[in-house]
Amino acid sequence: MSEIATVARKEVSEGTRPEAAPSVGHPIGILAELTHRCPLRCPYCSNPLELERREAELDTATWKRVLSEAAALGILHVHLSGGEPTARPDLVELTAHCAAEGLYTNLITSGIGRASGMIDALSEAGLDHVQLSVQGASAETGDRIGGYKGGHAAKLEFARKVTDLGLPLTLNAVIHRGNIHEVEDIIALAVALKARRLEVAHTQYYGWAYVNRAALMPARPDVDRSVALVEEARRRLEGILVIDMVIPDYYARYPKPCSGGWGRRTLNVTPTGRVLPCHAAESIPNLEFWSVRDRALGDIWQSSPAFNAFRGTDWMREPCRSCDRREMDFGGCRCQAMALVGDAAATDPACSLSPFHARVEALATEEAAAVAPDYLYRTIGGAPAKAPEGAAS
Amino acid sequence: MRAEETDVPRLPRGVKLKFDQVRSRHVLLAPERAFNIDETAAAVLELVDGQRTCGQIVDALAARYDEKREVIADDVRDMIGSLIARRVIET
Repeated sequence: MSEIATVARKEVSEGTRPEAAPSVGHPIGILAELTHRCPLRCPYCSNPLELERREAELDTATWKRVLSEAAALGILHVHLSGGEPTARPDLVELTAHCAAEGLYTNLITSGIGRASGMIDALSEAGLDHVQLSVQGASAETGDRIGGYKGGHAAKLEFARKVTDLGLPLTLNAVIHRGNIHEVEDIIALAVALKARRLEVAHTQYYGWAYVNRAALMPARPDVDRSVALVEEARRRLEGILVIDMVIPDYYARYPKPCSGGWGRRTLNVTPTGRVLPCHAAESIPNLEFWSVRDRALGDIWQSSPAFNAFRGTDWMREPCRSCDRREMDFGGCRCQAMALVGDAAATDPACSLSPFHARVEALATEEAAAVAPDYLYRTIGGAPAKAPEGAAS
Repeated sequence: MRAEETDVPRLPRGVKLKFDQVRSRHVLLAPERAFNIDETAAAVLELVDGQRTCGQIVDALAARYDEKREVIADDVRDMIGSLIARRVIET
């Protein structure tokens, strides 16, 4: 028995070791970003800076077709995400459709807005798992980071509803300098809420998190302390709570095998139907993405230029090309190489073998030591004009 | 972690044993995880029903494969125990 898939998404791909596979195998997971609408305004949101509007979203019939095509392609897990996916009134219908197709459904939710009113119907429709975000262990921290008063309390209420229904619950906490001192309390909160699983996900710096990096970057000693706390809790809570952790890239020695390798295991469909190898892939210029409005999902997976751009190892240069780890981490993250080095085919500078690695760590250390600027909260139409410093500048 | 003979394991909601038609093998689907299930593991999991104890599962497998109980008991209890530790099986 071997574990074939931990997590389909960029945030939690750290620590998994993908199996060797032919360059185009069967995908195992799909991130269905049903909408970018969300009541929360988290400054590290994984959605792109240019958010899609409701009028442009795919309709119910198209999503159903895409989900059926996903099942036929061999996809096992469907992550119903957003934005806040319960903002879509057809979410119950889509969940029932997944269940009928034999797909495992994971609701990734803020627990706010329509979530509470919809959870009974979602459970009835065959929902398999709920992943609820928390922004901190306390209402004060959580509401400040999420930019939504009363949000934290609503989340706790929602979590109780989920476990009362017998649904398995995962808590996801994105960690940064604004809440890294609450990691111990977040672990305790997960146990108190009867979560089976907790994701302690250090912020990954793409999109909104990249522009807010100076406000989010934690100091190295705080990171080390949080890692030690998680390792201790894993031992103490074995059989009670599974804790998955994502290490902060900027302080890492080796990069994460982002998404389990480009175009190898997962795909992401945006609210308007573009199909991406990962949710940040549109930050790489000149990639040609295909849309489910024009083509079948299997055709896109197999033949879309964006998916084939960084598949396998042929695209690699040194030091990746001859590296023993090239099929373990696949050169790390293309989007991070683009953001920090200005070249999507470069070694992810999170890797200690990258010539830019020392500069990246120095950037993190400098930003963490400075006074934190105010958050630029995520809003539709609120993208900033200027991005922060990279490692090559 | 090794499960006890008297434990009664079950697959909780959110954990599913499925035959994957595309890859022609069993998979165990759990929150954010999937496991390849070989024939032996599938034989164990098919007996995990919230009724049988681990001891009874070992008995059933020993009879089915015409094998001595003590040869398979530790492996079965270790496999179930490892899934309990990962919160994929509950008792």
